[in-house]
Amino acid sequence: MKPLVELAQVIRTKNAGPYELTLDIIFKDRDGYERVKRSNSLNAALIARLYGVPEQDILEVVYFDPACAFKATMKRPLPCGDLGERDIYGAQQHAPLLDLWLPWGDEDEGS
Amino acid sequence: MKQMVLLSPTAILGYGFPAGSFENGLSCGPHVIAVDAGSTDPGPYYLGSGKSFVPRGAVKRDLTFLLRAARTLRIPLLIGTAGGSGARQHLEWCREIILEVAREEGLSFRMAAIPADVSKQYLAEALRQGRVSPLGPVPELTEEIITESTNLVAQMGVEPLIEALDGGAEVVLAGRCYDPAVFAALPIKEGFDPGLALHLGKILECAAIAAVPGSGSDCMIGLLEESRFLVEAASPKRQATVASVAAHTLYEKSNPYLLPGPGGILDLHGTSFRQVTGRRVAVEGSRFRPVSPYTVKVEGARMIGYRVVSIAGARDPRFISALEEILAGVRERTEDNFSSERRRFSLNFHVYGRDGVMGKQEPRPEPGHEVGIVLEAVAETEELAEAVCGFARSTMLHFGFPGRLSTAGNLAFPYSPSDFKVGAAYVFSVHHLITLAHPREIFPVSFEEVRS
Repeated sequence: MKPLVELAQVIRTKNAGPYELTLDIIFKDRDGYERVKRSNSLNAALIARLYGVPEQDILEVVYFDPACAFKATMKRPLPCGDLGERDIYGAQQHAPLLDLWLPWGDEDEGS
Repeated sequence: MKQMVLLSPTAILGYGFPAGSFENGLSCGPHVIAVDAGSTDPGPYYLGSGKSFVPRGAVKRDLTFLLRAARTLRIPLLIGTAGGSGARQHLEWCREIILEVAREEGLSFRMAAIPADVSKQYLAEALRQGRVSPLGPVPELTEEIITESTNLVAQMGVEPLIEALDGGAEVVLAGRCYDPAVFAALPIKEGFDPGLALHLGKILECAAIAAVPGSGSDCMIGLLEESRFLVEAASPKRQATVASVAAHTLYEKSNPYLLPGPGGILDLHGTSFRQVTGRRVAVEGSRFRPVSPYTVKVEGARMIGYRVVSIAGARDPRFISALEEILAGVRERTEDNFSSERRRFSLNFHVYGRDGVMGKQEPRPEPGHEVGIVLEAVAETEELAEAVCGFARSTMLHFGFPGRLSTAGNLAFPYSPSDFKVGAAYVFSVHHLITLAHPREIFPVSFEEVRS
């Protein structure tokens, strides 16, 4: 297993319009990116679990090769600026990703 | 070889740029200066209220540089989404600043203004005709929501901008506008590939955010050719790299391969990014796929009342561990006290140091040794909002809970007065697509001669 923070150079969230939140993980190098992409360990089910939302609220999940990046877009819990809003820009919703560990093909190590 | 040079001074008009970078940009011989002035990111207040989210003085500073340079080089200056949200008040606000700069600098030019407002009547008619559809996970649009909205704007594509340029405009001031359109209009008019022109515009609209180190307040240069474009930062301290430019393609978008806009989709499945020098990236293969009928995005906001907030801290561990029950108790007391007006207000709490940023989605909702509490009341009248916020604040201050030792007061207020009138509160009301008879249908172009 590898901590995501060791593999990524950017982990961020931001509004994609007032009704959607988009999450970008840009990897440090192509090897790490390709390994994660092959395993598909970053996926809609995982994002839904981390954010405690139903999987159908994850609207798009895509690996973007030119930027060595994974992107997931989800329905915002509230439209931007509605009553109860906590993060107008959606720029501080990335914390659940910071503690994430991903399979690295070494799961049996040390056993 | 056919080539066009585009200068993007800053990510948002009013965010500023170093004079040296701007000079570097001008020395590349730009054919056009274009700047995006807007965003929905700062929330519904600005569209709803008709106010700018960038200060006037900052916009005037940038416009002074841009107008002076554009008139000296005799190249067009295009400004998109005037005033931040691109409604009529925003357009007029920006127009007055332009006229003031022209007077002070002794500049003369032909200016086109292109409002992007959608009348309530027009949108309601379009809704009845089935020409309106939701854009993403958006509530159903009703005529009631349309009536309640204060401002409704549509996002124009390149076509109205091209009409303005064809009419001889030297400065084009557009209302709500697709961000890349101000960059792509002149190239498309001159016969460049729309896919490349729009993709270049996508990258340039945030200026040096697409460089490393990134910055929203520094200039970026685009060189458009027949089958590719190049981007570079104007400042020698920044570089455009494949990683920075490709990464920017992700920014604030749902899907980086398919970028929908007015009248079609920018398709990046075939796009390649290549480092051609240490500071310059070449991009090719981006395609624009027109979609029929021509659709544009409509945005609206409506007022929901008046907001009053109070800010306080708490340091007592017993108070903090009983906080959930205390907040429930304060809510219950407040709702009971104003029970006859229950439907006319709402009360919200934000607890910083616990889950103030993420709410229910917070993976670690354990409070720290102190917490910050924001009490927020939104009500139909400012008087009621003040009354609700004040009542909730004083109730929380003196709220009795089991095990309480500090009977003088539960809250630490940093300010007197403790409550703040925020003013009118707005929410987004419309985020829909509308089909048009033709791309210029609701974007009338008017011209004026500015003489100094």
